[in-house]
Amino acid sequence: MPDPGKSRSSKLSAWRKLANVGATLFAVTSAVLVLVPLLAIFIYLLIKGVGAINWAFLTQTPKPVGEPGGGMANAMVGSGLILLIASTIGIPTGIGCGIFLAEYGRNRFGDFVRFTADVLNGVPSIVIGIVAYSLVVLRQKHFSAYSGGLALGIMMVPTVARATEEMLLMVPNSIREAALGLGIPKWRTTLSITLRTASAGVITGCMLAFARVAGETAPLLFTAFGNQYWNLNPNQPTAALPLQVFVYAISPFDEWHRQAWAGALILIVMIVVAVAAVRIVTSRGMLKGAS
Amino acid sequence: MNPTDPTESQQPITSVPSLAQTSAERKKTTTSSPALARIRRHTPGSSKVPDTFFRGIIALAAFSVFVIVVLIVYELIDKSRMSLHQFGIRFFYGKDWDPVNGDFGALPFVYGTVVSSVLALILAVPLSVGVAVFLTEMCPVALRAIISFLVELLAAIPSVIYGLWGIFVLCPLLRVYVQPPLAKYFGWTHLFSGPQFGLGMLAAGIVLAIMVVPIVASITREVLSAVPQNQREAALALGATRWEMIRVAVLRNARIGILGAVILGLGRALGETMAVTMVIGNRPEIAKSLFAPGYTMASVIANEFSEATGDLYLSALVEIGLALFIVTLIVNALARLLVWSITGGTARVNA
Repeated sequence: MPDPGKSRSSKLSAWRKLANVGATLFAVTSAVLVLVPLLAIFIYLLIKGVGAINWAFLTQTPKPVGEPGGGMANAMVGSGLILLIASTIGIPTGIGCGIFLAEYGRNRFGDFVRFTADVLNGVPSIVIGIVAYSLVVLRQKHFSAYSGGLALGIMMVPTVARATEEMLLMVPNSIREAALGLGIPKWRTTLSITLRTASAGVITGCMLAFARVAGETAPLLFTAFGNQYWNLNPNQPTAALPLQVFVYAISPFDEWHRQAWAGALILIVMIVVAVAAVRIVTSRGMLKGAS
Repeated sequence: MNPTDPTESQQPITSVPSLAQTSAERKKTTTSSPALARIRRHTPGSSKVPDTFFRGIIALAAFSVFVIVVLIVYELIDKSRMSLHQFGIRFFYGKDWDPVNGDFGALPFVYGTVVSSVLALILAVPLSVGVAVFLTEMCPVALRAIISFLVELLAAIPSVIYGLWGIFVLCPLLRVYVQPPLAKYFGWTHLFSGPQFGLGMLAAGIVLAIMVVPIVASITREVLSAVPQNQREAALALGATRWEMIRVAVLRNARIGILGAVILGLGRALGETMAVTMVIGNRPEIAKSLFAPGYTMASVIANEFSEATGDLYLSALVEIGLALFIVTLIVNALARLLVWSITGGTARVNA
C-alpha cells in the first residue's frame, strides 16, 4: 500500500468511523428502548396481578361497590362464549377464503380479495363494533353475546384467510399433482391432502387470530355490553374479560383496580401461551417464515 | 387418454389433466388399473359437480370479505344519514360538541386523533427503523429470534392492558418525572405548559407509540430483508463502513417500503381506541399544550355510543365512525400499495 493513500483514507475515516459507531449505538439503543415498555408491562402485571388472583377471583361474580372480594368468573366464561361464537363465524369463513386465494386466487379477482382482506384487517375495531351494533343490537333491541361474537368473528376473517393462504402455498405442488394423479377429485385433494398437509400452520394462524380478538374490548362495548351476573344465554348481555378489565380500570375504587390487574394478567397469560405456541410450531422447519 | 402408453402404471401420470376431473371412487382403484379404466369409462367427469359445488362454496367465503366491507359502508352511511343531512361538511369544522342542545361538531376529535397519532409516529418511527436495522444488519443470529419474538409479543398485548398500564404506571411517572422538566425547559413553546395531570395528549401519544412500534418495526424489517444481498456486498466492496452501507444500499432502496410501514402504523394509531380512551383524559377541547386532556374520534365513540340518547346524537357518533373508516381505508390501501411495491413483486414471483 502506498503511504499517501493510506493517510488520506485514515483522515476521512475519523468522521466516518464516528458516524458508524453513532448509528450502531442508535440501533442498539432503540432495540433496548423498545423492549423496556414490554418488560415494564409484564413486571407490573406480575407484581400487581398475582397478589389479586385467588380462588374467589376465579370462581365468583363481581361484588357490588364497597364490598371486598368477588371475582371475574362470569367474565371469563362470557369471554369463552363470545369467542366460541366468533370462532364459529370467523374460522370457517376465513379458511374458505384462504383456500380460495391459494387454490383458485392466482388472478385478478384473487388479488382483489387479497387487497380487500388486507383493508378489512386495518378497519378500526370500534367501527366493526358499530356495524355489529346496527346489524344485530339495533334490530333485536337488546345487547347480546351474538352481536359481540359477530363483531369479533368479522375481525378474525382476514387474519385467518391470509394465514391459511400462506400455509397452503407452502405445500409443494407435487403433492397436489400426486393426489390428482391418483384420481382424487380436486375438492377432495384440497381438503384431505393440501389442507391437511398445511393443518399445523392453519391451526396456528387460527390461534393467532383468536389471540388477537380475545383481548379486543372496543367492539364489545356496545355489543356484548357486559354483565354483573352469570349468563350463559348468548342472546343476553354478556360479560367479557377485557371489558371487565376496562370498566374496573377506569373506576375510582382500589379494590376494583386490584382486580383489573388480576384480570389483565389472566388475559395476557392466555394470549402469550397462544403466541408462544404459534412461534414454536412455526419455527419447526416446514412452516418457517410463517409469522 | 393416451393409447400409446407403454405401461399401465404410467397412465395416471401422463393424463393428469383429465384425471383431475374424474370421480372420488377412483381412489379405491389405485391398486388395479383395469378397474380404474372401467370407472373412467363409466363415470366421465362425474366429479365435476362436487368440484364446482366446492369451488362455489369457497368462492362464497372469499366473496364474504366483500360483503362485509360493503355492509360496513352501507350501515355506516345509513345510520349516519340524519347527521350527514343536518350538518353537512360543517360537522368536521364545528368546534362544539353539545349533546344536550343537539349541536355536534367533530373538530376536537379530529384534532385529538391527528395530534396523538402524529405524536406517536414522531416517537415511534425512529425507534422502529432503528430496531429493524439492528435486527437485519447488526444483530447476532442467536439474539435475533429472541428480540423479534419480544417485539411480536408487544404487538399481541391487548390495548386494554396498555391502557391499564398507562393509567397506573405511565401517567404517574409522567406527572412526577417527565412533565416538570419539560415544562421548565420547553414551557416557552406552549406545547408543554398548563396543569400536569399525567393523563392527556402526551400520555396518549406515548402509549400509542409503544403500540405502533411493533407494526412499523416488523414491516420495516420485512422490507429491509427484501433488499438484495448483493447491493450490500457492492457497497461494502466499495469501501463503505457498515453505516454507509446501510444508508446507501439498504435504507435508500427500501425507503418506499418504510414509508408504507409508517403509513400502516398511522392507520393503526388512528383507529386505536381503548388504550387512548383510558389515558387521554376525554375532554372535547382543542388545547395547544400536550399536557392538556383531549379526545379522539375512536374514544368518543367508545365512551358515548352506548349512552347516546336521541337519534341525532347516535347518528353523529356513527358519522365519526364513518369518517374514521374512510380515513383508515385510504391510509391502509396506500400503505399496502407501497409495501407491495417493494416486497409484493418478489413474493408473487416466488408464489
